[in-house]
Amino acid sequence: MDWQPFYVTLKLAVATTGLLIVLAAPLAYFLAYARFPGKSMIEALVNLPLALPPTVIGFYLVVVMGPKGAAGRVWEALTGGSLLFTFLGIVIASTLYSLPFAVQPLKAAFQRIDRRLMESAYILGLSRKATFLRVIIPNSVSGIAAAAILVFLHCMGAFGVLLMVGGSLPGETKVASIAIYEAVEAMKYREAGLMSLCFIPISYAFLLLVNRLNRGA
Amino acid sequence: MSLEIRVRKKLKYFEIDLDFSCPDDHLLVMIGPSGGGKTTLIRMVAGLESPDAGRIAYRGETWFDSERKVDLPPQKRRLGYVFQEYTLFPHLSLYENAAFAAADRAEVGNLFVRFGIDHLRGRKPHQVSGGERQRCALCQALARRPRLLLLDEPFSALDVVTRRCLREAVKGLREGLTCPILYVTHDINEALFLADEMLPIVEGRIDRGWMQRTIAPIPDSEEAPPRATRQPRLALVY
Repeated sequence: MDWQPFYVTLKLAVATTGLLIVLAAPLAYFLAYARFPGKSMIEALVNLPLALPPTVIGFYLVVVMGPKGAAGRVWEALTGGSLLFTFLGIVIASTLYSLPFAVQPLKAAFQRIDRRLMESAYILGLSRKATFLRVIIPNSVSGIAAAAILVFLHCMGAFGVLLMVGGSLPGETKVASIAIYEAVEAMKYREAGLMSLCFIPISYAFLLLVNRLNRGA
Repeated sequence: MSLEIRVRKKLKYFEIDLDFSCPDDHLLVMIGPSGGGKTTLIRMVAGLESPDAGRIAYRGETWFDSERKVDLPPQKRRLGYVFQEYTLFPHLSLYENAAFAAADRAEVGNLFVRFGIDHLRGRKPHQVSGGERQRCALCQALARRPRLLLLDEPFSALDVVTRRCLREAVKGLREGLTCPILYVTHDINEALFLADEMLPIVEGRIDRGWMQRTIAPIPDSEEAPPRATRQPRLALVY
């Protein structure tokens, strides 16, 4: 069996998870505490990837990241290369695709924190940012871990978006889910079966871990 | 007068309308029935809530002024605030909690010895009793060298014995402290024991007659109920 697609999947999931937690934490904080008109619009927008068919997300990403799209043109001017069909391209795609899976649990974790703890920090002289880093983050560790695992699992299962944006370049953008699809297409059922089997214990173990973390919180 | 407060704020059922001041090294006890606006007042002094109108100034420095549109954030008021229930940071040990915003970390050790929790330095807040947590919260507030100390029913969630102990500690604290203390309680014993001055607040207003009405016996109606069924109005035990 070819392990390379698994290696790409792992690399993609780790990169996306790391990137997304850092990006989603401030956004989740903002959604958890800010009050302003039109907030529900922003929230729905953040959750949109959850409701859209992955191929639709993929299509728009292809348009934006392609050589004629805004992001594609900027990227080409900077580096001379293309974003489509690269590893970076699928990292961006899966980040957007998994955004709600990071924001929702983080927001819930932040909202569980007693408001008085934050007030106490303000009175002790901490700015909002310092309070976020020194009080809110350390007290939502299990929520952050749960978000990270959900994103990780969701990335492992991504298919349509990645196929649209990344194609299937071995070692670059050919992830395990795409490899399974291609194996079936080529009637190599044995190979597809083995690769599929690998997913079950991994996903199951991670879900058990999420449950444990949620109970601890 | 070092602390001057004149505030108005509309609440759901009544309006807070207060005008008073508190000199340095005075312990001013705010007393009155629950839900009378005492905590809201303290929160306005701390900067956690804004009055609708008025002025709050400390030693000539304006903290809040509705006319001049001044509203200093809580971070800049440099005060100590102990809430009714512990608000220590659950992820930090008692020592780290007290040293969290300490002006001088060396002081924290002395405070811990003084409040008798030195042996608990390394424990997390959930591993110690409620009384010990409140002692630590006091240390945390004092270690910041506050310009003003706000204590909002700091001991009312504790059992009687611990409460009495901590009352003594606060009284002892007064000697070394030059900043004013605002102390909220609905416990008359506590108020009588601690106060330099009492400010009865009922439904958002100062009501000087409240203490009298609360402590004095019921004017002789028909016949006094038998002794055993009467509630003690004021138990003079500390």
